[in-house]
Amino acid sequence: MSATPAPRHNDWDRPQAQAVPRFEHGSRVPGWDDAVDLTKDPAVVPDPARTAVPARLRQEIEAAMSRYPDRHSASIPALHAAQEEHGWCSPEAIDQVAAVMRVTPAYLTSVATFYDMLVTEPKGRNDVFVCTNISCSLLGADDLYEAMSAAAADEDDITVRSFECLGACDIAPMASVNGQYVGPLELADAERIVADLLAGREVLAEKQLRYRPCADPGAAG
Amino acid sequence: MKKILFDRIDEPGLNTMAVYERRGGYASLRKAMTMSRQEVLDELLASSIRGRGGAGFPMGRKVSFLPKGDMDKYLVCNADESEPGTFKDRELMQKSPHMLIEGIVIASYAGGIDRAFIYIRGEYSYQADILDAAIEEARAAGYVGERILGSEHTLSLVLHRGAGAYICGEETGLLDSLEGKRGNPRLKPPFPAIEGLYDGPTLINNVETLATIPHIIAMGGAEYAKIGTETSTGTKLVSVSGDVKRPGNYEIELGTPSREIIYGLAGGPPDGRKVKLWFPGGSSAPVLTADDLDTPYDFDSMAKAGSMLGSGAIIVVDDSHPVLDVAMKLAKFYAHESCGKCVPCREGTNWTVKMLQRIESGEATPMDLDIMASVQEQIIGNCLCVLGDAMAMPIGSIIEKYRPELEAHIEAARERAGTGALEDVIAIPVY
Repeated sequence: MSATPAPRHNDWDRPQAQAVPRFEHGSRVPGWDDAVDLTKDPAVVPDPARTAVPARLRQEIEAAMSRYPDRHSASIPALHAAQEEHGWCSPEAIDQVAAVMRVTPAYLTSVATFYDMLVTEPKGRNDVFVCTNISCSLLGADDLYEAMSAAAADEDDITVRSFECLGACDIAPMASVNGQYVGPLELADAERIVADLLAGREVLAEKQLRYRPCADPGAAG
Repeated sequence: MKKILFDRIDEPGLNTMAVYERRGGYASLRKAMTMSRQEVLDELLASSIRGRGGAGFPMGRKVSFLPKGDMDKYLVCNADESEPGTFKDRELMQKSPHMLIEGIVIASYAGGIDRAFIYIRGEYSYQADILDAAIEEARAAGYVGERILGSEHTLSLVLHRGAGAYICGEETGLLDSLEGKRGNPRLKPPFPAIEGLYDGPTLINNVETLATIPHIIAMGGAEYAKIGTETSTGTKLVSVSGDVKRPGNYEIELGTPSREIIYGLAGGPPDGRKVKLWFPGGSSAPVLTADDLDTPYDFDSMAKAGSMLGSGAIIVVDDSHPVLDVAMKLAKFYAHESCGKCVPCREGTNWTVKMLQRIESGEATPMDLDIMASVQEQIIGNCLCVLGDAMAMPIGSIIEKYRPELEAHIEAARERAGTGALEDVIAIPVY
């Protein structure tokens, strides 16, 4: 046998001329945030006898399941309820929902990671979603998001996120503060939102969407 | 013009049963229950009302596609309203929830449907609470539930809150989401009318379409068809936003000149600025320019102008904004919201963002615009749903209509970044 290596015919056999930038886990693509632990057994439906579930959460999940012909339909309402209870969709929260719904945690994780409002990492109790989609951004939403993030930078209890169109372009630029729509906002309102949240007051009472009359002049009758 | 949906919409307490009934609410339901299913369906067909959610498919025909028989049939009201620029259903649900409920009960009667769901986007929590209360009131009054108004018609109505995903506004993605899964669109056919929610025949309609039904029954389908144009009947709620003085929802007769909506009702762009481009039907519609402002606002005229009426959301962009910023916002949105099931959309949206970033960073040449345009062409029609198309159509039209501006951008960015003048670059085709 000759010691000379077989001639290379293919371009892709050649050693890389320069190192390709790689992510921490060794791949060139971002891929999954967490590598799969192959030594672990797959998680099965948690044993209801061993999984403690807060009574209120259990009640809410069971009520949700009873509303649909198929219990799987309750996954989003159930995860919403668990997020409300635990602050975020933690592995513990997902286990509890899985135990009540009799599904695997993996199934619920697949759902929780798909939707923007379900969060699989720790977050603050207060949510501020700043819409940065087209109509709002035309009117300065990107600056507003910066200001909002800066205003809440030191508050662990407030999580600011830029969000896709929240369906309130009539009050652009706007934000949803714990589900309450407020706008049109100015940069100075960022500080006021934080102050109102910390004080437990109604947020920007005079700028809330729910008090806004219809723009159509003919709607008055 | 007499308002139909927005008639005295701000009346205090309209969201309660008492005020709604005092104004003649649920009279249409009573009338419908004295008619046969076929008679109700005939009224819907006679009205020629087209779906208000985006596709504009005739509503009555959709109902008639449902198979006859005793199987479980479903009605799903699409209240996901996530098309950027659209916010009409929000106002309707918040201020007059019973109008929607009444429409749902009548539509389900026409289709022989016994289970209905309202899929509302999770962000609309305030509106969802109002709807929940209204459904409870309707149930207590016997308008929803077993043997409605003493008839054989039974309907259960459940409000389902989503959790923030644009794709769940797409009808089959919505069905998967309602079944408790990730909201991935399904292969069609079978269409939902044959095999939809829980594999049963399913009628899916937008909030505005369903809320119009009580009015169609009240005035009669033929009378309703006299409003608007021959192929686009009735009134339409239009959400006007962006660079206009009076953004908001307006109810217009279909066929109204677009200029009248943008300038007359919404006040036009701020003083000293001009309309540069506008989206006639949400951010998924191909853009139109200032030259198209006199196009009548109806389904067919918009299609003829090369765009679409879509969800009825007009987004106005004035001349103070570079067109590149608009394209970038759009592309990033669709890349974020692509569910990842079909390759052309998943990759196409991401690469479009990257190519637009190349323009900004000064690495692009005008050939990038050609590549980008060809990427858009390869998305359209090649996916299970139209999310990819929804990016490809506006981006494609922006490249086509604003090419000189984009080329100027490319040159300016190259100069800024010091990547060399264009004439020194040897273009190597990469595709």
